[in-house]
Amino acid sequence: MKVNGENESIAGGMTVKEYLDGRGYDASKSAVLLNGKVVPRAEFGSVTLSDGDSMEIVSFVGGG
Amino acid sequence: MSDDLIIGKKRFRSRFILGSGKFSLDITDKVIRSGNVEIATLAVRRVNRGGQENVLDYMPKGVTLLPNTSGARNAEEALTIARLARELGCGDMIKIEIVRDTRYLLPDNAETVKAVRLLADDGFTPLPYMMPDLTAARDMADAGAAAIMPLAAPIGSNRGLLTRDFIRMMVEEIDLPIIVDAGIGRPSQACEAMEMGCGAVMANTAIATAADVPAMASAFRMAIEAGRAAYLAGLGRVLEDRGEASSPLTGFLGERDGVQSADGRMRLLSPYGEHRHRHPG
Repeated sequence: MKVNGENESIAGGMTVKEYLDGRGYDASKSAVLLNGKVVPRAEFGSVTLSDGDSMEIVSFVGGG
Repeated sequence: MSDDLIIGKKRFRSRFILGSGKFSLDITDKVIRSGNVEIATLAVRRVNRGGQENVLDYMPKGVTLLPNTSGARNAEEALTIARLARELGCGDMIKIEIVRDTRYLLPDNAETVKAVRLLADDGFTPLPYMMPDLTAARDMADAGAAAIMPLAAPIGSNRGLLTRDFIRMMVEEIDLPIIVDAGIGRPSQACEAMEMGCGAVMANTAIATAADVPAMASAFRMAIEAGRAAYLAGLGRVLEDRGEASSPLTGFLGERDGVQSADGRMRLLSPYGEHRHRHPG
């Protein structure tokens, strides 16, 4: 699958929450776009990832 | 009498909106306090894995976050970024920023009108960043904008109120706060925008590129407050021609009467010069 534009292999059936925790992302300060759709934070633990998915992980940064 | 800035359902005492980019996170708190800032903008960006520092950890409590949609090239992308920002835990206020031009970074008014409608329908309080165009501003107001954010000059340029005449039209005609955003480089320019009746000024680069960042935030605070006070006081009129004495025109020392000339103007007879030049009788 693609994460923030980079190709990556993941174990099948992994949830968004498991991915974020396993890769050292702070899930409480991250928002996720999966295949163009926003994943509500409450669904991080239930939405699963699969091969071919495209995921964007974003957070706030300083900006005007 | 209270003089609050009202955006949607929220009221603010401060009319200085700070962009939080381009300065180091550890002075964020100091800059916000120096500027008496109540609203700060943020951007949404890809995050790298690992314990990256987060701007939210540096924002003082009580500051209203105003995420922007920078990076969006059309209305749909702006909506997606706004929804991501909502998941990140800000309020409903979003600064819509849609830019396709890469040289001058000018906002796309047509897409921005569309985005205002999309975001308003989705429950957001949209604040569109735009080219100061009265017709587009009216469309944005009709589409559900809570304030209009015209640019003063290209973003990050510090070139000042290049668009002042067009912003003035919007202040006159649009019944929403007009918040000057982008291009303001000096406190005097922020002050002028406020004197014109703008609702607030947003600045980022002017502060971030100053030699002393918190001190410049303080200077902007004072300028914005002064400009607002001047607007509320009502500026004095401007004479297109000639001058008008500020001191009384009567009661001069050794006074003789002023003489009305044939053209109706009052000619002052100086008690000093007149004596010196008078022909002997």
